[in-house]
Amino acid sequence: MAEFGELTLGGISVGMIYAAIGLSLVLIWRATRILNYAQGGMAMLTTYIALTVINHTGSYWAGFAAALAAGLVLGAVIERVVIRPVESKPPLNAIVVTIGLLILIEGLAGIIFGGQYRSFPAAFSITGLHIGSAALGISSNDVFVTVAVLIAALLLAAGFRYTRAGLRLRAAAFSPQVSRLLGVRVGRTLTLGWALAGLIGALAGVLISPSIFLYPNSMDAIFVLGFTAAVIGGLDSPGGAVAGGLILGVALNYVSGYLGSDLVPLFGLAALTVVLMLRPSGLFSTAPARRV
Amino acid sequence: MTLLRHLAAAVLAAVVVAILTIQLNAFRDYQIAEIACYVVAVAGLTVLVGLSGQISLGNGALMAVGAYAAGLLLIHLQWPLAGVLAAATAISAVSGALVGVAAARLRGPYLAGATLLLAVALPSLAIKYAGVFGGDQGLTVGLTPPAFLGASFPLTRWQAWLTCACALITLVLLANLARSRVGRSWRAASDDEVAAALAGLNVARLRVLAFVVSAACAGLGGALLAVTTSIISPGAFTVTLSIALLTGAVLGGLGSLPGAIWGSLVLVLLPTYVTDVATSHGLSSAAGSNVPVAAYGIVLILVMLVFPEGIQGGVRRLLRQFTPGTPASRDLPPGRAAASEHQEEGSL
Repeated sequence: MAEFGELTLGGISVGMIYAAIGLSLVLIWRATRILNYAQGGMAMLTTYIALTVINHTGSYWAGFAAALAAGLVLGAVIERVVIRPVESKPPLNAIVVTIGLLILIEGLAGIIFGGQYRSFPAAFSITGLHIGSAALGISSNDVFVTVAVLIAALLLAAGFRYTRAGLRLRAAAFSPQVSRLLGVRVGRTLTLGWALAGLIGALAGVLISPSIFLYPNSMDAIFVLGFTAAVIGGLDSPGGAVAGGLILGVALNYVSGYLGSDLVPLFGLAALTVVLMLRPSGLFSTAPARRV
Repeated sequence: MTLLRHLAAAVLAAVVVAILTIQLNAFRDYQIAEIACYVVAVAGLTVLVGLSGQISLGNGALMAVGAYAAGLLLIHLQWPLAGVLAAATAISAVSGALVGVAAARLRGPYLAGATLLLAVALPSLAIKYAGVFGGDQGLTVGLTPPAFLGASFPLTRWQAWLTCACALITLVLLANLARSRVGRSWRAASDDEVAAALAGLNVARLRVLAFVVSAACAGLGGALLAVTTSIISPGAFTVTLSIALLTGAVLGGLGSLPGAIWGSLVLVLLPTYVTDVATSHGLSSAAGSNVPVAAYGIVLILVMLVFPEGIQGGVRRLLRQFTPGTPASRDLPPGRAAASEHQEEGSL
């Protein structure tokens, strides 16, 4: 029973990472109807930038800030340079372009930083927390991870709800033509959406990297599970992405704890298949049927 | 008529390959064999993506299915090679049917993501059940030239002949399939699903069938790759392989079988070439091995942005300039896969 509690708490912390990746995918999907396969690669690159800054300055938080800033810029630049030309093309073109981006970024990271595994520092202590003598199975860093993603998600939700930029983002996603007629600079809004997604992805990269090592492919597995989280929740629903991430994180942590960690990707695949078979547009999606 | 034309082209290609393999050295023969393995797999993928309009990032995993099936049959049952290749193809076709049934309801990014997860998840099975699949080390299989070719027949030439023969047979079969009723139905269903369904086509069955065909090709390609490289390990069938296959199909020209040959040539020859150039310019070999990966990425992006018809599209345009008066290509209209406009919100 104690083990069950530990696995649940640990799963919540991992699940928040999946939720963050899922959230960044949902942001881009809502704005441009494109699924960004390069999201994991972008997060890997910004984490390398964070590591370089940390090694030079000796300050974790300087690296943390650098990663977020780099994510913001990277997202905006990618949208402007390579995504804009395929936005009006069939979905297949965008899929191929973002996959191309993914392996371009991974190849570049391998050339610049080398392929070896590097350890990435954690913000807080990674020794397990206790209540009295009972181990909780999580560390203060896990608490930080959970709180950080939660704050980011809430800020994002509030930004969408209460700011003018948020209103423009929602309008542009809802109907680009009408918003353009009403004076919304839709192109600029889409760039902002990608930049925000880059920021959330960068946050996820910095937060997960202490528990996995950092190497050019380190985010591949995290990305596919983040994608699974977003699909479970419904690609249209930010709240769904967070819920999907939590469900997936906890469920996979049980699998890893009771059955062995090798089976995690297979169970991820099984979960994705079952959800997609039963509800192709996700558990929390309110989207109408696919248009033809 | 078309059947005859395809057969004639295949016989011509076989003669060219035979001359090349006798003239070239053992290393080039080995490369030809490798190219042929990729041709089989890429041709299957280009049919899936270009004709039926579905995407798969999991064909590398289906190649692994074929490779491991072939390895296990060779090691434990000592089947003859032809039987092994046929069985490996059949087993991957069945796996492809399973994937296809699950995938038939999925579209675009959902399908790509689900198949991507397949590519990530399947190799981990080989490590989990190390007793059967050999774990990280993988399985080792041997291949010897058949006795009737003589004792001194070089192994690499036999590998090149075997793989090229399989590749040509696959290409002829696929070319006929693409021209047949099934091929036309695939195009109809991918151009306009609703219209195709109204015209009486069973769209779901067509989509599954496309997956089966592409999986069979991937399995045969994987089995051939296994007997060519003589080692089958999970490290050879990563996501990178799946993405390389897609790169080959896109670069050659989606939906075009000659394009699959162009794409495979680039997939095999470019990495060696680029790595050589990079290391000779002072990059360490570890960094140099990443240059081809980055190059694939640039190629994918540029092809999609600048010339979505791929290499075969360019070849076709050149040919048309030299032969004025030929009717518009009987092949797919150029860039069909990239040009159909079902976009929800057009760009203003």
